[in-house]
Amino acid sequence: MVQPLTYFKETPSQTAGPYVHIGLAPAYAGFDIFENNFSNVVAGPNTKGERIKVKGRVIDGTGTPVRDVMLESWQANSEGKYNHPEDSQDKAVEEDFLGWGRICSDFDTGVYTIDTIKPGPVPGRNGAIQAPHISLWIVARGINIGLQTRVYFSDEVAANAKDPVLNFVEQEERRQTLIAQRSEENGEVIYTFDIYLQGEQETVFFDV
Amino acid sequence: MTIERPNRPAMVRKPGEYFQRDRDIHPPAFTPGYKTSVTRSPQKALLSLEQSLSEMTGPVFNHNAIGELDHDMILNYAKDGEPIGQRIIVHGRVMDESGKGIPNTLVEAWQANAGGRYRHKKDTYLAPIDPNFGGCGRCLTDEEGYYYFRTIKPGPYPWRNYINSWRPAHIHLSIFGPSFSQRLITQMYFEGDPLIDICPIVKTIPDEEAIKRLIAPMDLNASVPLDCRAYKFDIVLRGRRSTLFENRLEGN
Repeated sequence: MVQPLTYFKETPSQTAGPYVHIGLAPAYAGFDIFENNFSNVVAGPNTKGERIKVKGRVIDGTGTPVRDVMLESWQANSEGKYNHPEDSQDKAVEEDFLGWGRICSDFDTGVYTIDTIKPGPVPGRNGAIQAPHISLWIVARGINIGLQTRVYFSDEVAANAKDPVLNFVEQEERRQTLIAQRSEENGEVIYTFDIYLQGEQETVFFDV
Repeated sequence: MTIERPNRPAMVRKPGEYFQRDRDIHPPAFTPGYKTSVTRSPQKALLSLEQSLSEMTGPVFNHNAIGELDHDMILNYAKDGEPIGQRIIVHGRVMDESGKGIPNTLVEAWQANAGGRYRHKKDTYLAPIDPNFGGCGRCLTDEEGYYYFRTIKPGPYPWRNYINSWRPAHIHLSIFGPSFSQRLITQMYFEGDPLIDICPIVKTIPDEEAIKRLIAPMDLNASVPLDCRAYKFDIVLRGRRSTLFENRLEGN
């Protein structure tokens, strides 16, 4: 016999369901309850950096947009610093930069939009530098446990080529599923990032 | 008097990466009994990632974000009276797998009303909306990781899966923890509900023991006499390694 190894076990995940908006984004459910609401605006007006929108749809295995999806994004500021006490880099974080956004797709079109600034490169493991990226967490009806992925940027070719995580994706063609395509519309910088849950174009999802 | 130990540096306990997630206690993505999962489940393997700063950090919320009544679903949408139904407290502790309380973390909850009707523009169930019940709440855990909500016990709810599928009474819960890798959404069920055993969403979880950990026992000790009963629901997020003999450089 040995001593018992006493760890608690993580609470199991369950789907967020179709009415996730009630709790996490009540305005989308159709009512007003809290004074402060979380939103898809990640950076305030005093945050430095290039203003961008990340836009796309989440698409199921039949090619249909998922119209009841909720995403959360997490990113560093333009200097590559996270708004978190454990980021010990000697860099400043703007007061109106939360770094986090909560994003709901449109019920009609399925399009989601993140209103943010382009992040800078952040430290990776063992002294490596990671290419600029935004982490995403995706939940919806039919998704039993939140899916984690990353958004990289098409105009960061050199940094992407050296990114330790992208390089860890064994099939080179699958790395493309993590790269958002840059375009400009009416003076706005838009990165298009469609997420394929299943099938040939399936997005790379991570177990972090 | 100081005892000098020149050859024994202090033992360093540096917080490190979060424990590997035990995927066997979570539902897999593809669970055909829950039909919507069939086309919304990835078919390729997840890529396991060693954690970097990107995974070990996450959003931090402060008290300014939360209103005074946000945690009280009996009062936070009361218009011309209080909502109808069984008055309950849901309380518990948010801790990690080592049993350590997680302080100041955001817990959000949402649910149907006493008749099983959600206040959501896409819900068309014929049971009526309660004019005094919104169905959502949120709070930050205290210094020891405790949280509580006051609410109305939700009713079961029919849904289009099989012809005659009913969800057990449940409250959806969303929890953060200090890192984005701990992000979790789950559902809490109520002790003694006969619908739990036959629910296709509950049954997405392969492990019987894990299912039990989603069922909240009635907790008379935490009840308020002549006012409301209580259910206790503890939430466990991923634990964290601490590197005992740190000999690598910062950022490794």
